[in-house]
Amino acid sequence: MNNKHLDAIYNGIIRENPIFVLMLGMCPTLAVTTSAINGAGMGVSTTVVLILSNMLIAALRKIIPDGVRMPAYIVVVATFVTLVDFIMEAFTADLYGALGLYIPLIVVNCIILGRAEAYASKNTVTMSACDGIGMGIGFTIALIVIGLVREFLGAGTAFGITIYEASSIFEPIAIITKAPGAFLVLAMLAALQNKFKMKSATNGVNGGEEKGCASDCESCGGQCQ
Amino acid sequence: MQELIIIAITAALLSNVVLSQFLGICSFLGVSTKTDVAVGMGGAVVFVITVASAVAFGLYQILDMLGLQYLDTIVFILVIACLVQIVESFFKKFVPSLYKALGVYLPLITTNCAVLGVALTNVQNKYDFWQSVICGFGTAVGYLIAIVILAGIREKTANNDVPAPFKGSPIVMITACLMAIAFYGFANLAI
Repeated sequence: MNNKHLDAIYNGIIRENPIFVLMLGMCPTLAVTTSAINGAGMGVSTTVVLILSNMLIAALRKIIPDGVRMPAYIVVVATFVTLVDFIMEAFTADLYGALGLYIPLIVVNCIILGRAEAYASKNTVTMSACDGIGMGIGFTIALIVIGLVREFLGAGTAFGITIYEASSIFEPIAIITKAPGAFLVLAMLAALQNKFKMKSATNGVNGGEEKGCASDCESCGGQCQ
Repeated sequence: MQELIIIAITAALLSNVVLSQFLGICSFLGVSTKTDVAVGMGGAVVFVITVASAVAFGLYQILDMLGLQYLDTIVFILVIACLVQIVESFFKKFVPSLYKALGVYLPLITTNCAVLGVALTNVQNKYDFWQSVICGFGTAVGYLIAIVILAGIREKTANNDVPAPFKGSPIVMITACLMAIAFYGFANLAI
Protein backbone atom coordinates (compact mmCIF):
# COMPACT_ATOMS: atom_id res chain seq x y z
CA MET A 1 0.00 0.00 0.00
CA ASN A 2 1.71 3.18 -1.07
CA ASN A 3 0.39 6.55 -2.17
CA LYS A 4 -0.44 5.36 -5.69
CA HIS A 5 -2.81 2.71 -4.39
CA LEU A 6 -4.45 4.97 -1.81
CA ASP A 7 -4.90 7.59 -4.51
CA ALA A 8 -6.76 5.09 -6.75
CA ILE A 9 -9.10 4.24 -3.85
CA TYR A 10 -9.66 7.90 -2.93
CA ASN A 11 -10.31 8.66 -6.59
CA GLY A 12 -13.20 6.19 -6.72
CA ILE A 13 -14.77 7.29 -3.44
CA ILE A 14 -14.57 11.08 -3.83
CA ARG A 15 -13.19 12.49 -7.04
CA GLU A 16 -14.92 10.13 -9.47
CA ASN A 17 -17.73 8.80 -7.31
CA PRO A 18 -19.64 6.56 -9.76
CA ILE A 19 -23.08 7.88 -8.84
CA PHE A 20 -22.63 11.48 -7.67
CA VAL A 21 -19.96 12.42 -10.24
CA LEU A 22 -19.90 9.91 -13.12
CA MET A 23 -23.66 9.18 -13.05
CA LEU A 24 -23.08 5.51 -13.94
CA GLY A 25 -25.34 2.63 -12.99
CA MET A 26 -28.58 4.55 -12.56
CA CYS A 27 -30.85 1.49 -12.90
CA PRO A 28 -29.89 -0.20 -9.60
CA THR A 29 -29.52 3.23 -7.97
CA LEU A 30 -33.17 4.04 -8.62
CA ALA A 31 -34.51 0.56 -8.06
CA VAL A 32 -32.98 -0.73 -4.82
CA THR A 33 -32.61 2.42 -2.72
CA THR A 34 -36.03 1.98 -1.09
CA SER A 35 -34.16 1.52 2.21
CA ALA A 36 -30.62 1.98 3.47
CA ILE A 37 -30.20 -1.77 4.09
CA ASN A 38 -31.18 -2.67 0.52
CA GLY A 39 -28.82 0.00 -0.80
CA ALA A 40 -25.99 -1.37 1.32
CA GLY A 41 -26.66 -4.95 0.15
CA MET A 42 -26.65 -3.93 -3.48
CA GLY A 43 -23.53 -1.81 -2.97
CA VAL A 44 -21.57 -4.58 -1.28
CA SER A 45 -22.50 -7.24 -3.85
CA THR A 46 -21.62 -4.89 -6.72
CA THR A 47 -18.31 -4.06 -4.99
CA VAL A 48 -17.38 -7.74 -4.73
CA VAL A 49 -18.11 -8.32 -8.42
CA LEU A 50 -16.29 -5.12 -9.37
CA ILE A 51 -13.09 -5.98 -7.47
CA LEU A 52 -12.95 -9.59 -8.68
CA SER A 53 -13.73 -8.81 -12.32
CA ASN A 54 -11.30 -5.86 -12.36
CA MET A 55 -8.53 -8.14 -11.05
CA LEU A 56 -9.20 -10.97 -13.49
CA ILE A 57 -9.55 -8.66 -16.48
CA ALA A 58 -6.33 -6.87 -15.52
CA ALA A 59 -4.57 -10.24 -15.22
CA LEU A 60 -5.82 -11.30 -18.64
CA ARG A 61 -5.40 -7.93 -20.33
CA LYS A 62 -2.46 -9.06 -22.52
CA ILE A 63 -4.12 -12.36 -23.51
CA ILE A 64 -7.61 -11.17 -24.51
CA PRO A 65 -7.57 -10.18 -28.22
CA ASP A 66 -8.77 -6.64 -28.83
CA GLY A 67 -11.56 -7.65 -31.22
CA VAL A 68 -13.42 -9.85 -28.75
CA ARG A 69 -12.68 -7.98 -25.54
CA MET A 70 -16.30 -6.93 -24.83
CA PRO A 71 -17.74 -10.48 -24.98
CA ALA A 72 -14.76 -11.67 -22.92
CA TYR A 73 -15.41 -9.00 -20.25
CA ILE A 74 -19.11 -9.90 -20.19
CA VAL A 75 -18.29 -13.59 -19.57
CA VAL A 76 -15.92 -12.68 -16.73
CA VAL A 77 -18.46 -10.34 -15.10
CA ALA A 78 -21.37 -12.77 -15.57
CA THR A 79 -19.35 -15.57 -13.92
CA PHE A 80 -18.70 -13.51 -10.79
CA VAL A 81 -22.30 -12.29 -10.71
CA THR A 82 -23.52 -15.90 -10.76
CA LEU A 83 -21.20 -16.70 -7.83
CA VAL A 84 -22.43 -13.70 -5.83
CA ASP A 85 -26.01 -14.66 -6.67
CA PHE A 86 -25.48 -18.14 -5.18
CA ILE A 87 -23.71 -16.85 -2.08
CA MET A 88 -26.46 -14.32 -1.37
CA GLU A 89 -29.21 -16.88 -1.93
CA ALA A 90 -27.53 -19.19 0.58
CA PHE A 91 -26.53 -16.78 3.34
CA THR A 92 -28.68 -13.63 3.11
CA ALA A 93 -32.09 -14.95 2.10
CA ASP A 94 -34.07 -11.85 3.18
CA LEU A 95 -31.86 -9.42 1.31
CA TYR A 96 -31.83 -11.75 -1.70
CA GLY A 97 -35.62 -11.68 -1.72
CA ALA A 98 -35.71 -7.88 -1.51
CA LEU A 99 -33.15 -7.31 -4.27
CA GLY A 100 -34.48 -10.16 -6.45
CA LEU A 101 -33.98 -9.57 -10.15
CA TYR A 102 -31.44 -6.80 -9.61
CA ILE A 103 -28.73 -9.25 -8.45
CA PRO A 104 -28.35 -11.02 -11.84
CA LEU A 105 -28.75 -7.61 -13.49
CA ILE A 106 -25.41 -6.51 -11.95
CA VAL A 107 -24.04 -8.01 -15.21
CA VAL A 108 -25.35 -5.05 -17.20
CA ASN A 109 -24.35 -2.44 -14.61
CA CYS A 110 -22.40 0.16 -16.59
CA ILE A 111 -19.96 0.78 -13.70
CA ILE A 112 -18.47 -2.70 -13.99
CA LEU A 113 -18.05 -2.85 -17.77
CA GLY A 114 -17.08 0.82 -17.77
CA ARG A 115 -14.24 0.30 -15.27
CA ALA A 116 -13.14 -2.88 -17.09
CA GLU A 117 -12.84 -0.97 -20.34
CA ALA A 118 -11.51 2.31 -18.99
CA TYR A 119 -9.20 1.11 -16.21
CA ALA A 120 -8.61 -2.64 -15.75
CA SER A 121 -7.69 -3.22 -19.40
CA LYS A 122 -4.78 -0.77 -19.09
CA ASN A 123 -3.49 -1.21 -15.53
CA THR A 124 -1.84 -3.80 -13.29
CA VAL A 125 -3.76 -6.27 -11.12
CA THR A 126 -3.08 -4.46 -7.81
CA MET A 127 -3.95 -1.03 -9.21
CA SER A 128 -7.16 -2.45 -10.75
CA ALA A 129 -8.07 -4.04 -7.42
CA CYS A 130 -7.61 -0.66 -5.69
CA ASP A 131 -9.72 1.01 -8.37
CA GLY A 132 -12.40 -1.64 -7.81
CA ILE A 133 -12.30 -1.10 -4.03
CA GLY A 134 -12.55 2.69 -4.41
CA MET A 135 -15.32 2.63 -7.00
CA GLY A 136 -17.19 -0.04 -5.03
CA ILE A 137 -17.01 1.88 -1.75
CA GLY A 138 -18.05 5.08 -3.54
CA PHE A 139 -21.03 3.28 -5.08
CA THR A 140 -21.99 1.68 -1.75
CA ILE A 141 -21.81 4.99 0.15
CA ALA A 142 -23.93 6.71 -2.49
CA LEU A 143 -26.57 3.95 -2.39
CA ILE A 144 -26.69 4.01 1.43
CA VAL A 145 -27.05 7.81 1.48
CA ILE A 146 -29.85 7.83 -1.11
CA GLY A 147 -31.50 4.85 0.61
CA LEU A 148 -31.28 6.60 3.97
CA VAL A 149 -32.90 9.78 2.62
CA ARG A 150 -35.73 7.81 0.99
CA GLU A 151 -36.27 5.59 4.03
CA PHE A 152 -36.24 8.56 6.43
CA LEU A 153 -38.68 10.68 4.42
CA GLY A 154 -40.84 7.81 3.19
CA ALA A 155 -41.15 5.52 6.19
CA GLY A 156 -39.71 7.46 9.13
CA THR A 157 -37.03 4.84 9.76
CA ALA A 158 -33.26 4.54 9.35
CA PHE A 159 -31.71 1.09 8.82
CA GLY A 160 -35.07 -0.33 9.88
CA ILE A 161 -35.14 1.54 13.25
CA THR A 162 -38.09 3.86 13.75
CA ILE A 163 -36.98 7.49 14.06
CA TYR A 164 -40.33 9.25 14.18
CA GLU A 165 -43.96 8.16 14.17
CA ALA A 166 -46.66 9.62 11.98
CA SER A 167 -48.05 12.64 13.84
CA SER A 168 -50.26 15.62 13.09
CA ILE A 169 -47.17 17.72 12.33
CA PHE A 170 -45.34 15.44 9.95
CA GLU A 171 -46.30 12.18 8.36
CA PRO A 172 -43.96 9.94 6.36
CA ILE A 173 -44.39 10.66 2.63
CA ALA A 174 -45.09 7.11 1.51
CA ILE A 175 -44.56 7.84 -2.19
CA ILE A 176 -40.87 8.58 -1.61
CA THR A 177 -40.20 4.87 -1.08
CA LYS A 178 -42.30 3.99 -4.12
CA ALA A 179 -41.18 4.24 -7.75
CA PRO A 180 -41.90 7.98 -8.34
CA GLY A 181 -39.92 8.94 -5.24
CA ALA A 182 -36.76 7.45 -6.74
CA PHE A 183 -36.90 9.84 -9.68
CA LEU A 184 -37.76 12.76 -7.40
CA VAL A 185 -34.86 12.19 -4.99
CA LEU A 186 -32.37 11.76 -7.85
CA ALA A 187 -33.72 14.90 -9.55
CA MET A 188 -33.26 16.91 -6.34
CA LEU A 189 -29.75 15.53 -5.93
CA ALA A 190 -28.76 16.49 -9.48
CA ALA A 191 -30.36 19.92 -9.04
CA LEU A 192 -28.37 20.50 -5.82
CA GLN A 193 -25.18 19.56 -7.61
CA ASN A 194 -26.01 22.03 -10.38
CA LYS A 195 -26.86 24.72 -7.85
CA PHE A 196 -23.54 24.45 -6.04
CA LYS A 197 -21.65 23.91 -9.31
CA MET A 198 -20.26 20.61 -8.10
CA LYS A 199 -18.44 18.49 -10.63
CA SER A 200 -20.90 16.04 -12.13
CA ALA A 201 -21.66 14.42 -15.47
CA THR A 202 -24.96 16.28 -15.46
CA ASN A 203 -23.37 19.71 -15.23
CA GLY A 204 -22.30 21.79 -18.21
CA VAL A 205 -23.75 23.95 -20.93
CA ASN A 206 -26.00 21.31 -22.48
CA GLY A 207 -26.93 19.92 -19.13
CA GLY A 208 -24.22 17.39 -19.96
CA GLU A 209 -26.71 15.23 -21.81
CA GLU A 210 -24.11 14.01 -24.27
CA LYS A 211 -22.05 12.76 -21.38
CA GLY A 212 -22.42 10.36 -18.54
CA CYS A 213 -24.91 7.59 -18.24
CA ALA A 214 -27.71 9.96 -19.12
CA SER A 215 -26.77 8.83 -22.61
CA ASP A 216 -26.34 5.14 -23.25
CA CYS A 217 -23.88 3.05 -21.29
CA GLU A 218 -22.24 1.61 -24.37
CA SER A 219 -21.53 4.94 -26.00
CA CYS A 220 -20.19 6.01 -22.60
CA GLY A 221 -18.18 2.95 -21.60
CA GLY A 222 -16.77 4.84 -18.63
CA GLN A 223 -15.17 7.37 -20.95
CA CYS A 224 -17.26 10.20 -19.60
CA GLN A 225 -14.75 11.19 -16.94
CA MET B 1 -56.25 -16.30 -24.49
CA GLN B 2 -57.57 -14.16 -21.65
CA GLU B 3 -54.50 -15.04 -19.62
CA LEU B 4 -52.19 -13.84 -22.42
CA ILE B 5 -54.02 -10.49 -22.61
CA ILE B 6 -53.66 -10.07 -18.84
CA ILE B 7 -49.92 -10.82 -19.07
CA ALA B 8 -49.51 -8.25 -21.85
CA ILE B 9 -51.41 -5.50 -20.02
CA THR B 10 -49.64 -6.22 -16.74
CA ALA B 11 -46.24 -6.05 -18.43
CA ALA B 12 -47.01 -2.89 -20.40
CA LEU B 13 -48.91 -0.77 -17.87
CA LEU B 14 -49.19 -2.23 -14.38
CA SER B 15 -45.50 -2.96 -13.89
CA ASN B 16 -44.10 -0.67 -16.55
CA VAL B 17 -40.53 -1.65 -17.27
CA VAL B 18 -39.08 1.85 -17.00
CA LEU B 19 -41.35 3.66 -14.59
CA SER B 20 -41.86 1.00 -11.97
CA GLN B 21 -39.07 -1.53 -12.51
CA PHE B 22 -36.31 0.96 -13.48
CA LEU B 23 -34.89 -1.17 -16.27
CA GLY B 24 -33.45 0.59 -19.32
CA ILE B 25 -33.16 3.94 -17.54
CA CYS B 26 -29.96 4.84 -19.44
CA SER B 27 -31.55 4.86 -22.88
CA PHE B 28 -34.84 6.17 -21.46
CA LEU B 29 -33.13 9.36 -20.25
CA GLY B 30 -30.56 9.53 -23.07
CA VAL B 31 -32.48 8.84 -26.28
CA SER B 32 -35.61 10.83 -25.49
CA THR B 33 -34.81 14.30 -26.81
CA LYS B 34 -36.91 13.98 -30.00
CA THR B 35 -40.15 12.09 -30.58
CA ASP B 36 -39.16 10.46 -33.89
CA VAL B 37 -35.87 9.23 -32.46
CA ALA B 38 -37.73 7.88 -29.43
CA VAL B 39 -40.14 6.01 -31.72
CA GLY B 40 -37.17 4.48 -33.56
CA MET B 41 -35.52 3.38 -30.34
CA GLY B 42 -38.81 2.03 -28.98
CA GLY B 43 -39.46 0.10 -32.21
CA ALA B 44 -36.01 -1.48 -32.09
CA VAL B 45 -36.53 -2.44 -28.45
CA VAL B 46 -39.94 -4.02 -29.20
CA PHE B 47 -38.38 -6.12 -31.93
CA VAL B 48 -35.28 -7.23 -30.00
CA ILE B 49 -37.07 -8.00 -26.71
CA THR B 50 -39.78 -10.05 -28.44
CA VAL B 51 -37.21 -12.11 -30.36
CA ALA B 52 -34.92 -12.39 -27.33
CA SER B 53 -37.78 -13.70 -25.14
CA ALA B 54 -38.53 -16.45 -27.66
CA VAL B 55 -34.84 -17.41 -28.01
CA ALA B 56 -34.22 -17.27 -24.26
CA PHE B 57 -37.19 -19.60 -23.69
CA GLY B 58 -35.70 -22.20 -26.08
CA LEU B 59 -32.26 -21.88 -24.50
CA TYR B 60 -33.60 -22.30 -21.00
CA GLN B 61 -35.32 -25.55 -22.06
CA ILE B 62 -31.91 -26.87 -23.19
CA LEU B 63 -30.22 -25.72 -19.96
CA ASP B 64 -33.06 -27.27 -17.97
CA MET B 65 -32.62 -30.59 -19.80
CA LEU B 66 -28.89 -30.63 -19.02
CA GLY B 67 -29.45 -29.52 -15.40
CA LEU B 68 -27.45 -26.32 -15.93
CA GLN B 69 -30.11 -23.79 -14.88
CA TYR B 70 -27.56 -21.79 -12.91
CA LEU B 71 -25.83 -20.76 -16.14
CA ASP B 72 -28.89 -18.75 -17.26
CA THR B 73 -27.44 -15.27 -16.63
CA ILE B 74 -24.20 -15.98 -18.53
CA VAL B 75 -25.95 -17.70 -21.43
CA PHE B 76 -28.68 -15.07 -21.77
CA ILE B 77 -26.38 -12.05 -21.82
CA LEU B 78 -24.08 -13.62 -24.42
CA VAL B 79 -26.97 -14.73 -26.59
CA ILE B 80 -28.61 -11.31 -26.40
CA ALA B 81 -25.35 -9.66 -27.48
CA CYS B 82 -24.99 -12.08 -30.41
CA LEU B 83 -28.67 -11.80 -31.27
CA VAL B 84 -28.44 -8.02 -31.62
CA GLN B 85 -25.47 -8.46 -33.96
CA ILE B 86 -27.33 -11.06 -36.06
CA VAL B 87 -30.47 -8.92 -36.24
CA GLU B 88 -28.35 -5.97 -37.34
CA SER B 89 -26.59 -7.94 -40.12
CA PHE B 90 -29.89 -9.50 -41.21
CA PHE B 91 -31.60 -6.15 -41.55
CA LYS B 92 -28.61 -4.65 -43.34
CA LYS B 93 -28.72 -7.40 -45.96
CA PHE B 94 -32.42 -8.09 -46.44
CA VAL B 95 -34.46 -5.14 -45.14
CA PRO B 96 -32.26 -2.09 -45.80
CA SER B 97 -35.13 0.36 -45.24
CA LEU B 98 -35.76 -0.97 -41.74
CA TYR B 99 -32.02 -1.06 -41.11
CA LYS B 100 -31.78 2.62 -41.93
CA ALA B 101 -34.63 3.38 -39.55
CA LEU B 102 -33.40 1.26 -36.62
CA GLY B 103 -29.70 0.85 -37.45
CA VAL B 104 -28.14 3.28 -35.02
CA TYR B 105 -30.23 2.11 -32.10
CA LEU B 106 -29.65 -1.63 -32.42
CA PRO B 107 -26.13 -1.77 -30.89
CA LEU B 108 -27.31 0.35 -27.96
CA ILE B 109 -29.86 -2.30 -27.02
CA THR B 110 -27.27 -4.88 -25.91
CA THR B 111 -26.58 -2.86 -22.79
CA ASN B 112 -30.27 -2.19 -22.19
CA CYS B 113 -30.94 -4.11 -18.99
CA ALA B 114 -34.62 -4.47 -19.93
CA VAL B 115 -33.76 -7.24 -22.41
CA LEU B 116 -31.94 -9.38 -19.84
CA GLY B 117 -34.52 -8.41 -17.22
CA VAL B 118 -37.44 -9.77 -19.27
CA ALA B 119 -35.59 -13.00 -20.09
CA LEU B 120 -34.89 -13.60 -16.38
CA THR B 121 -38.44 -12.62 -15.32
CA ASN B 122 -39.89 -15.15 -17.79
CA VAL B 123 -37.75 -17.89 -16.27
CA GLN B 124 -38.65 -16.88 -12.71
CA ASN B 125 -42.37 -16.90 -13.49
CA LYS B 126 -42.07 -20.28 -15.28
CA TYR B 127 -43.87 -18.95 -18.38
CA ASP B 128 -44.45 -21.23 -21.36
CA PHE B 129 -43.44 -20.22 -24.89
CA TRP B 130 -46.36 -17.96 -25.79
CA GLN B 131 -46.53 -16.44 -22.33
CA SER B 132 -42.81 -15.56 -22.60
CA VAL B 133 -43.20 -13.98 -26.02
CA ILE B 134 -46.30 -12.01 -25.00
CA CYS B 135 -44.66 -10.87 -21.73
CA GLY B 136 -41.60 -9.71 -23.71
CA PHE B 137 -43.76 -7.92 -26.25
CA GLY B 138 -45.90 -6.26 -23.58
CA THR B 139 -42.84 -5.10 -21.63
CA ALA B 140 -41.30 -3.62 -24.76
CA VAL B 141 -44.54 -1.84 -25.67
CA GLY B 142 -44.50 -0.38 -22.15
CA TYR B 143 -40.99 0.90 -22.84
CA LEU B 144 -42.14 2.36 -26.18
CA ILE B 145 -45.10 4.15 -24.54
CA ALA B 146 -42.92 5.58 -21.76
CA ILE B 147 -40.07 6.82 -23.96
CA VAL B 148 -42.40 8.39 -26.56
CA ILE B 149 -44.40 10.23 -23.89
CA LEU B 150 -41.20 11.47 -22.22
CA ALA B 151 -39.80 12.64 -25.57
CA GLY B 152 -43.04 14.48 -26.30
CA ILE B 153 -42.90 16.28 -22.94
CA ARG B 154 -39.19 17.07 -23.33
CA GLU B 155 -39.84 18.71 -26.71
CA LYS B 156 -42.28 21.02 -24.91
CA THR B 157 -40.11 21.72 -21.86
CA ALA B 158 -37.01 22.38 -24.00
CA ASN B 159 -38.17 25.94 -24.67
CA ASN B 160 -39.65 26.57 -21.25
CA ASP B 161 -38.20 28.76 -18.55
CA VAL B 162 -36.88 26.10 -16.20
CA PRO B 163 -35.23 27.27 -12.94
CA ALA B 164 -31.46 27.30 -13.53
CA PRO B 165 -30.42 24.42 -11.22
CA PHE B 166 -33.07 22.18 -12.78
CA LYS B 167 -31.87 22.63 -16.37
CA GLY B 168 -30.68 19.46 -18.04
CA SER B 169 -31.18 16.11 -16.36
CA PRO B 170 -33.02 17.22 -13.16
CA ILE B 171 -36.08 18.45 -15.07
CA VAL B 172 -36.09 15.22 -17.11
CA MET B 173 -36.13 13.21 -13.90
CA ILE B 174 -38.90 15.40 -12.45
CA THR B 175 -40.88 14.69 -15.63
CA ALA B 176 -40.19 10.97 -15.23
CA CYS B 177 -41.32 11.24 -11.61
CA LEU B 178 -44.68 12.76 -12.62
CA MET B 179 -45.10 10.08 -15.30
CA ALA B 180 -44.31 7.40 -12.71
CA ILE B 181 -47.04 8.82 -10.44
CA ALA B 182 -49.50 8.59 -13.35
CA PHE B 183 -48.48 5.01 -14.13
CA TYR B 184 -48.67 4.19 -10.42
CA GLY B 185 -52.40 4.69 -10.81
CA PHE B 186 -52.58 1.67 -13.13
CA ALA B 187 -51.60 -0.50 -10.17
CA ASN B 188 -55.17 -0.13 -8.93
CA LEU B 189 -56.56 -1.76 -12.06
CA ALA B 190 -58.13 -4.90 -10.67
CA ILE B 191 -57.08 -7.65 -13.06
